Amino acid sequence: MGADPHSLVAPYALHALDDEECRAFEQHLAVCERCREELAGLKEAAASLAYGAAGPAPPPELRERILTQARSERANVASLPQRRRSWTAPLAAAAAVAAAVAIGLGVWTATRPASTNAFTSVLAQAGSRVITMGDEGALAVAPDGKAAIALRLPKAPTGKTYEAWVIRDDGIKPAGLFGGGGDASVVELTRRVPRGSVIGVTVEKAGGARQPTQRPFVASGETT
Amino acid sequence: MTALLTTSPPPAASRDLAHLSDESLLSLVAGSDDQALAELYDRFGRVAYGLALRILRDETLAQDAVQEAFLAVWRSADRFLAERAKANTWILTLVHRRAVDLVRREDRRRGEPLESAGEPAAAETVEEEATLGFERRVVLEALAQLSPEQREALELGYYGGLTQSELAERLGLPLGTIKSRMFAGLSRLRELLAEAGLESSYP
Repeated sequence: MGADPHSLVAPYALHALDDEECRAFEQHLAVCERCREELAGLKEAAASLAYGAAGPAPPPELRERILTQARSERANVASLPQRRRSWTAPLAAAAAVAAAVAIGLGVWTATRPASTNAFTSVLAQAGSRVITMGDEGALAVAPDGKAAIALRLPKAPTGKTYEAWVIRDDGIKPAGLFGGGGDASVVELTRRVPRGSVIGVTVEKAGGARQPTQRPFVASGETT
Repeated sequence: MTALLTTSPPPAASRDLAHLSDESLLSLVAGSDDQALAELYDRFGRVAYGLALRILRDETLAQDAVQEAFLAVWRSADRFLAERAKANTWILTLVHRRAVDLVRREDRRRGEPLESAGEPAAAETVEEEATLGFERRVVLEALAQLSPEQREALELGYYGGLTQSELAERLGLPLGTIKSRMFAGLSRLRELLAEAGLESSYP
């Protein structure tokens, strides 16, 4: 490539590299934290330029075409034998499905008697993220750290409670008690969740503990 | 997992997804929820089509680009979950990528006069002005504050689909100059958008 690869961040963000330059820069990107950081910000600025290109509305058929095609692709995937999929599907896809199911759960819970719950109100905030927790749950975190979890757990044994924890390098802090049972537990965490945290759940004596007495039996991925 | 899918039936037709964040919708799309894809299209289809049309200047090709981009969203939304980007950045980046790939394949812009590749983003009718979204107004105002050289580099690159080398050749400038104009222009744009409250830093 010759030139300083750092200088290609902006042209890359604008898709102004030819194929060969693009490949070379992506190799550099894989090993250069500084360029990745810079790219994240520049990409956002570049993408916002899309709003500057107003035009006529797309024809209504386009929406239908896209949705029809998407549904037909899903049908193909769904028809693959389940067992075959389970060991060929990449982990990320499995995690995504778990997250989607959990969101579905949270959203669904919210549609029954009341119109909203803690999980969906976090999801309603711009920039909120969903992080999977085990196979059957998810953590929703808003940019301000407000968070809720949706989990499907059996009712906690008599005299016991589930307790959620915010786990960070500098310590573990209690984040709420709940009893489980029913279709799904949606729990608003009593503590804000900063970046780089993991949320775990343990079983504790009724009334809760100040520090976990066991390893969490389910934990989220790290928040970003 | 199978049992869970069958025992938790989000009633397909009656869910209201309008209150979910873009990022949450993408998580649903990653789980093959076509209603979530429809909701994302309703939010971004118009700006996506406007962008594709500006780059490709052909309705059929613009529709192809938008369709391919939304199907890429459908197929690869799980990859977004690991990224530290806003959903709209991710989606509009896919749209731009598809449109630029198509315009390069079609070779549509070569030999055309320079002006038409980067139309000035001004001169709106009153009616258009009234329906301008907040984002559009902020972006146009920010673009207007860049130096003419920076603006030209961004517009010819982003809306014109030119590579940096093509741009250098067209303008008769060294490649290094193009790169630094693009960098300075994008960095300044980022600051201006942040000041205007359009961009929170990526989550």
